[in-house]
Amino acid sequence: MTLVQNLPFFSIVIAMFSGIISSVLTGKQARNVSIGAIVVTTFMSAAVLAFCLKTGESYTYMMGHFPAPWGNEIRAGVLEGLTALLFGVVMLLSVVGGMGHTFEDVEGSKLNLFFIVIDLMLSSLLALIYTNDLFTAYVFVEINTIAGCGLIMIRQVGRSFTSAIRYLMMSQLGSGLFLIGLTLLYDVTGHLLMSPAKEAVAAIEASGSYEIPMLVILAVISVGLAIKSGLYPFHSWIPDTYGYATPTASAILSGLVSKGYIFLLIKIFYRVIGRENVINSRIVNVLFLFGLVGMIMGSVRAMLEKDTRRMIAYSSVAQIGYIYLGLGLGTQDGVIAAIFHMFTHSATKALLFISAVGLYEVSGDKKDYLSLRGAGYRNPLAGIGFTVGALSMVGFPMLSGFISKLLFASSALESPHKMLPTLIGLAVSTVLNAVYFLRLVTTLYSPATAGALVGEVRKRTRAAHWMLGGATCCFILLNLILGSFSQPVVRAIAEGLAMFE
Amino acid sequence: MVSHLFSNIEETVAVILFGIGFTMLLLHRNLIKKILGMNIMDTAVYLFLAAKGYISGRMVPIVVDGVQDTSAYINPVPSGLVLTGIVVSVSSTALLLALVIRIYGRYHSLDLDEILMKVKKEERS
Amino acid sequence: MSRRKDDLAGSRWMKFKRWLDGEVDPLMAPDMETMAPGQVAAAVRADTAAPEQVEAATEMQLASPAEKQPTCSAGQRAASPTKRRGQKIYDRFYQVMSIVLCMGIIAVLLWTIAYLPVFGNAGNPDNNEVSARYIERGLQETGAVNIVTGMILDYRAFDTFGESCVLFIASCCVLVLLRIDKESSAEGVQERLKAADDRRYEPKEDIILQKCAMVLSPVIFVFGIYIILNGHLSPGGGFSGGAVLGSGSILYLNAFGFEKTERFFNTRTYRRITVTALSFYCLAKSYSFFTGANHMESGIPLGTPGAILSSGLILPLNICVGMVVACTMYAFYTLFRKGDM
Repeated sequence: MTLVQNLPFFSIVIAMFSGIISSVLTGKQARNVSIGAIVVTTFMSAAVLAFCLKTGESYTYMMGHFPAPWGNEIRAGVLEGLTALLFGVVMLLSVVGGMGHTFEDVEGSKLNLFFIVIDLMLSSLLALIYTNDLFTAYVFVEINTIAGCGLIMIRQVGRSFTSAIRYLMMSQLGSGLFLIGLTLLYDVTGHLLMSPAKEAVAAIEASGSYEIPMLVILAVISVGLAIKSGLYPFHSWIPDTYGYATPTASAILSGLVSKGYIFLLIKIFYRVIGRENVINSRIVNVLFLFGLVGMIMGSVRAMLEKDTRRMIAYSSVAQIGYIYLGLGLGTQDGVIAAIFHMFTHSATKALLFISAVGLYEVSGDKKDYLSLRGAGYRNPLAGIGFTVGALSMVGFPMLSGFISKLLFASSALESPHKMLPTLIGLAVSTVLNAVYFLRLVTTLYSPATAGALVGEVRKRTRAAHWMLGGATCCFILLNLILGSFSQPVVRAIAEGLAMFE
Repeated sequence: MVSHLFSNIEETVAVILFGIGFTMLLLHRNLIKKILGMNIMDTAVYLFLAAKGYISGRMVPIVVDGVQDTSAYINPVPSGLVLTGIVVSVSSTALLLALVIRIYGRYHSLDLDEILMKVKKEERS
Repeated sequence: MSRRKDDLAGSRWMKFKRWLDGEVDPLMAPDMETMAPGQVAAAVRADTAAPEQVEAATEMQLASPAEKQPTCSAGQRAASPTKRRGQKIYDRFYQVMSIVLCMGIIAVLLWTIAYLPVFGNAGNPDNNEVSARYIERGLQETGAVNIVTGMILDYRAFDTFGESCVLFIASCCVLVLLRIDKESSAEGVQERLKAADDRRYEPKEDIILQKCAMVLSPVIFVFGIYIILNGHLSPGGGFSGGAVLGSGSILYLNAFGFEKTERFFNTRTYRRITVTALSFYCLAKSYSFFTGANHMESGIPLGTPGAILSSGLILPLNICVGMVVACTMYAFYTLFRKGDM
């Protein structure tokens, strides 16, 4: 076993260990440790990706002295490496970009606890990506949930408590359903690791026994993870959660946490249940329908919203709908489009939340979007960042959102029954997206009326200014890269999915 | 089918308890009762899981007198999973209760609707 | 009209429904709902059996007239005229829908159970080669007589490490929520500090409690330590033993008060113990994972099965987990109680 193959395990452990030792450090030391851990794990993920691309195959890594059906295992392939790399980059930029606000929103003596939460969030995301064991997935889903709740309530104002409690209740509901699904699966297969479980599932399907339990398992796991990632009818916790947390937390929660659960769902579909079985069951149609409704309803609610950050949050509901729509198409291309959109949405939504910080700062920290009139002139870089993000969400050519919409449309052409609803849904949702995002962008660049700027312009330190600017620039670059060099990424996703089988 | 439900009585009870917990979580406005509901739900899942490991007429999986035959002991896997699950449930309950304490200290109410109303009022002013 | 309504309100169905909604409690006095707003806060307190800190907070609130806010009970709120008709219809719709949803979930799961393997049957799919190897070779491979301990701390140790991290992160979040830093300038900290200092309500020199605690605490401590140290030999282990130790220290705290415990256990001790134990856990297990994955010998002797000093890393790990759990349980209690340790 070469050293590179150890890196997935090292990255999980480094993230965890940095969290553990941060509890005796001061806030600033914990920040440095945390940023160091994120950078190191990101480089490790890049190395894993390069290794897997070079060898062209995935590998499993034994966690301990016992082989597959007995001991824990993690697994790394192209898709895992790519996702981990992108998540690491988005996480780093979100933490750096929101740093100024973090230091204001979090009580000084509790800063190190904030960074512990960030570290453990990182480790749980990595573990969710790399895991090859269902029960490990459950444990890390729980760490992810609790860390997410910690990120929401770290601001300690009234609204963040109520949104944290709603988030935690909904998530516990989701975890409960997920665990029930896991138990049922263990009952009929007798395995918790993904590879042997898949063999057992294939045997069950071939013999035709346990037909109903298998359907219910699939449904319960899908619904559990859909609740946790905020698919449309279960989205009620999203706007409050994303709208009132500190900017770093909003960016991480919308960009990464919900995506981690979706990645896990895709992994379970491919690595445990088997793609054919998922398509043959009617669960995909349900996901397709929910995704379609979510796309439109999320956009409509975002249009009706006046508060900028809640608007972006409702837009997340719509984008999660897109992802589930791609999964629901039931074709290989649909899943590729869904994963690409997952990346797009991570990069873009985090960009929107982070650049919105820069706009708020120069507009007196008011919630109403009308207070942002002319903010694009007062903070040009944040204005450009927000515009790029908005255009990407709408699907402007050259940006990543365009590519993902193209992928959705082209994959829809392959499934005759779902083609028409998909195309109509895409069109309607794009128009609605354009309405509210372009309204925001025009607001940013319309001259401020006299006396509109009542609030105090926020003072910030030079370092925070540079960090925010740098993060915005990097996010814009990331979007451009995903948009203009999409071919290698799409090819890597396809390769990674082929390795899942 | 019904007779099968009776022979699987542990699972049946666990599922019904799960439903009761779920209903409590959805229906009650009182936060403490919601947490109780969540705990009932979790416990039901653990009962379900523990029932999976049981084999009639066998012992707990602790080696006695060097007997290491599979026909002597029950399945150890579900017991281990339940142990892990319980710790998870303890952690999330503690966190929820801490949140409730802070919310109560601020809004002097445990009723979720009322708290949300007060939050909105507080924001408007 | 009004008379008819009164009859309806007194009917058995309405009483049942109100009991179901949690608006009345037959165990309490019948005239509970006709109280002044000030008293209702106390009713809420009694109703929910909230922790003592909440009680203290309520009393503080009642004592200071400046921030006195009338809290309405659920019964009063339902009757309040401001509630709109649409809201009522929505509430009813929500209730009906959630009951239907839950019934649906129960029905679907029962339907599934009817097709699952029979309970307690040795031929079920989950009794396969996985559990067979744990039982047949667990003793030789892990050195633990208790097969479950061997499984969670050796075969599937990564899960268990994750589980310790769940506890760790939950305790961090509770610290964020409830620790009150005296030097902090955030809003509301001073009031919370005042409200949380509930030592005035502590029983002072309660002779019965103290004598009982003097007898019981040592026994509980010894029992907890026994459970931790024998985790690989008999039922028990780090988590259960740690919980016993934690409850023993909570009993001690309640009998003798914070002044005594603060002398040897404060936030700094808590941090040190947790960090040491978890770091050891992390490093030891990483070493074991690393050597295992690279097919190297770990070089940790397993010892004679059945002896206390056996089964390799399991005993030290159990001790670490036990310390973390005991400290965390105690920390939860003190944080809930007064926002500090």
